[in-house]
Amino acid sequence: MKNNMANEVVLQATAITKKFPGVLANDHVDFDLRRGEIHALLGENGAGKSTLMNILYGLYHPEEGEVLVEGKHMQLNSSRDAIKHGIGMVHQHFMLIPVFTVTENIMLGAETDHRAAPNEQPLVKLDRKEVAQKVRDLSHQYGLDVDPEAMVGDLPVGVQQRVEIVKALYRNAKILILDEPTAVLTPQEAEDLSVIMRELTNKGVSIIFITHKLKEVLAIADRITVMRAGRVVGSTTPKESNEQKLASMMVGREVILTVQKKPAQPGEEILKVTDLRVRDVRDLESVRGVSLSVRAGEVLGVAGVQGNGQTELAEALTGLRHIESGHFSIAGVDLTGKPPRPITETGLAHIPEDRQRHGLVLSYSVADNMVLCDYYQDRFSKGVVIQQNQVDANSRKLIKDYDVRTPSPFTAAGKLSGGNQQKVIVARELSRPVKLVIASQPTRGLDVGSIEYIHKEIITMRDRGVAVLLVSAELDEILSLSDRIVVMYRGQIVETVDRKDATREHLGLLMAGVHEPA
Amino acid sequence: MDWRRFGFIFIIIVILFGVVVMVGITKSSPIITITSMLATTIAVATPLTLGALSGVFCERAGVINIGIEGMMLTAAFFGWLGAIYTFHVLGFEKWPSILTGLVTAILAGAMMGLLHAVLSITYKVDQIIGGTVINILAVGLTGFLNRQLFFGKGSAFGGTIPNSPGNLLNIHVPLTEIFTPICGGSANCMDIVDAINSVLDQRPIAITAIVLVFVSHYVLFNTRWGLRTRAVGEHPKAADTVGINVVRMRYANVLIGGALAGLAGAYFTIESVPSFEPLLTNGRGFISLAAVIFGNWSPIGAWVASLLFGASQALNIKMQLFRDVIPPEWAFLQNSYVVGLIPYILTMIILTGIIGRTTPPAAVGVPYEK
Amino acid sequence: MKAETQADSVTKGFARSALDAMLIPSLSILTAVILGGIIIVMVRGNPFVAYFGLVQGSFGSASALSETAVWATPYIFAGLAVALAFKGGLFNIGAEGQLALGATTAALIGYALPIWLGIDLPMIVHLPLVIIMGAAAGAFWAAIVGYLKAYTGGHEVINTIMMNYIALNSISFLLNGPMKDPNPNNVIARTPLIAESAHITPIFEGLRVHWGFVLALLAAYLVWWMLNKTTLGFEIRTVGSNPDAAKYAGINVKRIIILTMALSGMLAGLAGTFEVTGLNYRHELGFSIGYGFDAIAIALLGKSHPLGVVLASILFAAMRNGATRMQFLTQMPVDLISMLQALILLLVAADAIVRFIYRIKSQGERVVLTRGWGG
Repeated sequence: MKNNMANEVVLQATAITKKFPGVLANDHVDFDLRRGEIHALLGENGAGKSTLMNILYGLYHPEEGEVLVEGKHMQLNSSRDAIKHGIGMVHQHFMLIPVFTVTENIMLGAETDHRAAPNEQPLVKLDRKEVAQKVRDLSHQYGLDVDPEAMVGDLPVGVQQRVEIVKALYRNAKILILDEPTAVLTPQEAEDLSVIMRELTNKGVSIIFITHKLKEVLAIADRITVMRAGRVVGSTTPKESNEQKLASMMVGREVILTVQKKPAQPGEEILKVTDLRVRDVRDLESVRGVSLSVRAGEVLGVAGVQGNGQTELAEALTGLRHIESGHFSIAGVDLTGKPPRPITETGLAHIPEDRQRHGLVLSYSVADNMVLCDYYQDRFSKGVVIQQNQVDANSRKLIKDYDVRTPSPFTAAGKLSGGNQQKVIVARELSRPVKLVIASQPTRGLDVGSIEYIHKEIITMRDRGVAVLLVSAELDEILSLSDRIVVMYRGQIVETVDRKDATREHLGLLMAGVHEPA
Repeated sequence: MDWRRFGFIFIIIVILFGVVVMVGITKSSPIITITSMLATTIAVATPLTLGALSGVFCERAGVINIGIEGMMLTAAFFGWLGAIYTFHVLGFEKWPSILTGLVTAILAGAMMGLLHAVLSITYKVDQIIGGTVINILAVGLTGFLNRQLFFGKGSAFGGTIPNSPGNLLNIHVPLTEIFTPICGGSANCMDIVDAINSVLDQRPIAITAIVLVFVSHYVLFNTRWGLRTRAVGEHPKAADTVGINVVRMRYANVLIGGALAGLAGAYFTIESVPSFEPLLTNGRGFISLAAVIFGNWSPIGAWVASLLFGASQALNIKMQLFRDVIPPEWAFLQNSYVVGLIPYILTMIILTGIIGRTTPPAAVGVPYEK
Repeated sequence: MKAETQADSVTKGFARSALDAMLIPSLSILTAVILGGIIIVMVRGNPFVAYFGLVQGSFGSASALSETAVWATPYIFAGLAVALAFKGGLFNIGAEGQLALGATTAALIGYALPIWLGIDLPMIVHLPLVIIMGAAAGAFWAAIVGYLKAYTGGHEVINTIMMNYIALNSISFLLNGPMKDPNPNNVIARTPLIAESAHITPIFEGLRVHWGFVLALLAAYLVWWMLNKTTLGFEIRTVGSNPDAAKYAGINVKRIIILTMALSGMLAGLAGTFEVTGLNYRHELGFSIGYGFDAIAIALLGKSHPLGVVLASILFAAMRNGATRMQFLTQMPVDLISMLQALILLLVAADAIVRFIYRIKSQGERVVLTRGWGG
């Protein structure tokens, strides 16, 4: 696919070094991009990919190194400079304002540029019609379908991403940085995106594609550069590489891509959910009549693209969200409409989706976080008085048992790495006598070591006869841990599949709402 | 502004006006009562309107401004001081002194805005604490200077409060002159003109405030400045990625907010009554803030909410005028402590959200970190 | 990550952490005193004489010390009220109204109860009843705001301010009307004197400092103990630090918000109560103006720690008390104190300024109260 004319280097970064307090985020990183290619930048969370991209986009200033755009040295002081040099970026978390229209989002910061009059006169009247027309023209030209009058907050994420791309093209971007663009997309939307990316490169746009997903890299990229711990560890092409090789480059050691486990020994039914209906924060019905059951000693995986009701389902079952109708019970006890505490006391362990928002009090010590749910139990309190020595002893034991890397039990949880924060939660939740574990996105944003550890703990719980409900947007995680899989789409379960009958392709179709009898 | 809230405001205003008309029916005709009540409403709503505009600019840019009260108080004092100083010490004529006072008030407000900006944007102090600091500082500063300059032995003005050069007077809108030929001698027509005339019979800051409401609305929703201001208040990071200087936009808007609060302060000592007393703003800055929230952070919405509060204050004033004709069973209406509670209770009802919830700018109260 | 060194600094750190916590407030006070001195010079006063007067007037004699303690008593209670609410993530700007309402209620029970019952009550019954009712009035007033916050999301900052105005207007009405001292010579808006059975006695004969001061110190200890040693304190702090995590942990967040406000209001109500029972023996309009803002300043200066609140209260009390002596010596108006206090508060709030002046590194922790307006 690569055009022979296109070997010209459009962007070259040399020996980029960037330090943050306590971290060397980029350590003499070299990177280049040729015209019309898709160059994938692969690495784990925290490998330094985003830092490098923020430097190229002018948001961070490197301590050392230089950036050349089309052979010319570029001083990137702000994103404004990057934009001027034809660099556009689509951030992982979209930089769009939900209460603005598509047109307003696109024109922001370049309100009058389409008139070739980039003056800074503040009280210039906005010409929404003219910009909207330009947006329509661009979307025809590149096959990016967007409605300029729509409110961005009302658009599905796939369309929002297209708005981001149009926003960059509107500013005449010739170099496009896509940061984890597929994280929020269905497999089918991701497929569409790769078509769009190819279309863009055919029209002369060069693309940097940042990801940690090996399969996509091999399918889409022309070249691949792998980063680890702030350094470039190697460059390759899809032809010369495979998943196993890329994974070990990324992690720095051999990685077991599958979780070792024995066949499940399902026992009696622990969690029973009947026709559950739940509304989300915007008061829309996001769980629409879900029924499922999980038995002791099995893992039920809930697959689905983010935003199809899985979050609300998990919150409803843990007492964090109001239930409109339907029932659920744990070990035969009906807990519909109960607040979190009685549910927890019935034997629930909950690893929440947002660990910093729900799972931890970041300003509290590790020890206090480890009793967050049972500080009032006789083990830790005499009457109303908390027994601090019991709390400390408990944390010392859990820190050892669950291999939490913390300077001391009194260190604030906010000072730990993401992986260790998650281990604090896992230790607290799984060390209690529980019958059911609800784990939501338990490994999101973690390094491979922590992922392996947490997967192992979940399987251990299963083998001990605990029922596990695993909610995850990562298909790989669902496939490697689950014994049975349900797929959620628009608040409903579209199908229940046995693990041994599940294929990646079939699940992908179900996640996109395509339901055809097998 | 949705219909539920608009309806609520309408009903409350009708009730307030209705009470005044009923009570005053023996003394003056309903039309006259209504027009004079309207005029009073607009006049007393002036500082609330300007304070609310101050809040709108700050909060649309992402900075909570709970210091409107303190900004107003400081401006009221310095405006008054500026007028007196130029009049007595520098020997200016009456009107130049008053105008100097006006400018001083606006500048004093802007300076307090600058302080708020430094605290909440540069030093990232919690914005509510920053605003509280402004309020406490304003009370201390004006109290100290007021005492130091005007009272006691050795004070700068020799222990007596000098006469102020006066205050701003009503603007004459030549409606009668314009409409006399148009009406062509029709008495009904002229009655209407007279009615409108008496409502518009306002002083300059009151008129300016109304003009500023519409100007602000246009600026916020139809200009480059407005788009960028709202962007830094909703999603500063997104604004930053398209090259907008978040810190500069926020500073500028908080300064504008300070200047508007300064104009509100000038209303008290330059336009309404030419004198100063400690704590004279008496919570109007906080009511302005409630108007901002109830008006859904839009200038016109905040203005309508300010008029609601203004009407309840106007009721209080009118009841004092109608003191002698209030029937004994309605005696509580003449007690200004009781009637004076209406704006505060209304504010609390509004904040419960039972009259419709509003959505604040998403990033309000959050310091921007790169 | 060297585990040993980190852990060491934790175990040996208590004395040092207390010093660290006091460093910024102390430097803020120092800076404010210097700035205040400059202001005094600017208005042609002598700062040394002025500050000498301030210290002499507040600590220079037994009666000066006693008066400082008298001033400090309501400051400690009201400062604790604001500090406790801060710990629960709530900003109680309404201490002023809660305090005034507590004082009015205490005065009412103090003078009217014997009249209603038609008997003289023994002190052992009457005084506790007065204190309980004063505390309850403050608690009730604040709990309304807590309820609105918990169940409707109405922001406590604006609601406590509105409740201040409602309280002050209502009290104006009462003290000018139904509760006005009926003595024909009285033209002031004030209540009659309370019965002697509702008086708190002075600690020392001939000095005004009363047992309320001791109770204030005891209250500071109890607040510290409750916050740091009990399950309720754990719940309040958890709700204050992260309400989402509190809900996840099974804490009834709504109940804790209401309870925190009620406890905060109770402390403010006690501030007013002891002014009536220990000092003035009646409530008079206008006496409580400004306590609410002072309480906020004290809580911020004391970093919301009960011991810090006590120290800050004594400082503020000393300044208020010494101001008269200062005015006598230098003609500096008493209002200079308000300026000084505002400067101290400004510097404490914007500690980055103080850190910059004295080149102190940041600890990286910041007070965060603002969680938007909640529409």
